[in-house]
Amino acid sequence: MSEPISEGRALYLSGLRREKRTVLFLRAALLLMIFLMWELAADVGAIDSFIFSCPSRMWETFLGLLSSGDLFIHVGTSVAETTAGFLLGTACGITAAIILWWSPRISRVLDPYLVVLNSLPKTALGPVFIVWMGAGAASIITMSLAISLIVTILDMYSGFMRTDPEKIRLMRTLGASRGQILLKLVLPSNFSSMINALKVNVGLSWVGVIMGEFLVSKAGLGYLIVYGSQVFKMDLVMTTVLILAVCAAVMYRCILWLEKALKKYMGVTI
Amino acid sequence: MIVELQGVSLTYQAPDGEVKALDNVSFGVNEGEFVSIVGPSGCGKSTLLSIMAGLEKPTGGSALLNGQPISSPSPKIGYMPQKDQLFPWRTIWGNITLGPELQKIKSGPCIDHINDLCRRYGIADFIKKTPSQLSGGMRQRCALIRTLALSPDILLLDEPFSALDYQTRLAVSADIYSIIRSEGKTAILVTHDISESVSLSDRVVVLSRRPGRVKSIHSLQGLENMSPMDRRNSDAFRQYFNDIWKELDINV
Repeated sequence: MSEPISEGRALYLSGLRREKRTVLFLRAALLLMIFLMWELAADVGAIDSFIFSCPSRMWETFLGLLSSGDLFIHVGTSVAETTAGFLLGTACGITAAIILWWSPRISRVLDPYLVVLNSLPKTALGPVFIVWMGAGAASIITMSLAISLIVTILDMYSGFMRTDPEKIRLMRTLGASRGQILLKLVLPSNFSSMINALKVNVGLSWVGVIMGEFLVSKAGLGYLIVYGSQVFKMDLVMTTVLILAVCAAVMYRCILWLEKALKKYMGVTI
Repeated sequence: MIVELQGVSLTYQAPDGEVKALDNVSFGVNEGEFVSIVGPSGCGKSTLLSIMAGLEKPTGGSALLNGQPISSPSPKIGYMPQKDQLFPWRTIWGNITLGPELQKIKSGPCIDHINDLCRRYGIADFIKKTPSQLSGGMRQRCALIRTLALSPDILLLDEPFSALDYQTRLAVSADIYSIIRSEGKTAILVTHDISESVSLSDRVVVLSRRPGRVKSIHSLQGLENMSPMDRRNSDAFRQYFNDIWKELDINV
């Protein structure tokens, strides 16, 4: 790798680095600008900070949450619920998709049900879950599961069905059983759709959890938002939304990291 | 005869009607022979190969391997698909050992056999690479070794060169041909390319338009012991090409 780098190449690489730095800088500057304008607008009275809050008041609220330890309780609750909903949704979704792939008849029978369930707004089921499972984490996790499950099933199943028929033919001529075709061809060739399902599910699980917490909860970020709006503490609402954004972003990063690790483990870029 | 087709017919059933793909196809293939099947597109030549591979059952007649009816895929029948179909998430080694892995015989003698093939056909240095790092010709060679790994009695080649560009196709078909010959394998090649069939085989079976029937069988005399490239330059080649071309009766 110690080949001498040509002048053009060096120029290109340094240009690339410069561009990356500029983009990073502009990103940070944009965020800073928004907060500064917000703060300024509240300061001069252009917006009512009682209704719109402002960065300095949000910071104070944040410090308050931090020192009382409430922050960890609420973030912990929501993250735990989201993770549970996410894992359940992904695992159940992939399992169901495998069953549909395995049995064309089951898939034909269930097709209209899946279509209806997919178009049904799952939040409509929220009250049903609460009656069935009580006002607690179980209902919230179920809500989260309901929102991500059907999409996962449909996405994964259509990915499985797109497996190259020529490759399936090859597997059959080599004497592969249906199980071997699944494990050694269908699943690995759908690696990227699986990762995509994970990425979509992270977002959907958050939707489900926040929805669930709006309906019923004693803790969690969704609870903080509803509580804040009811007692008209907009500082609390806005701070929580920001914390939520950070949590969702961190979880998404985790999936990207997982994708990288899995690719490295499998030794091949797909 | 190692492979024998006796009055093979196949009719596909579909909700909107039935399609007769093959009608009373009979011919045999001798051990060590290289036979090509040519025909206009849609004449059922790939279907015929599927029957010989045990992937489909004929609705009439029978297909025999060593006198036994072919009812399901078997390690004795090697199949080489269109394009190389190497799995991009496996290394070359993972790809060429796929057959033994599926048959759960990935052990001593089989591995020795594969190692031997790799050494003889110059892919020993590439087994740790991934398919995308190899040229089209090398990938095709790996696909053949994947098929040879299970030591099949016959090789079924389903237009294996159709995805390659013309120049590569000439080189790769000559390469694959020489490997098959030096392994002494019986091979049945399906192709729509007349020149490919004449340059590679001992006999050419011409199928008619759908439903596929055997129109004629040409024993290519005067081309024995010639390389595919030499054959392409010979007079006999042009003669056979013209004969088969007329029989295919391709109209635009």
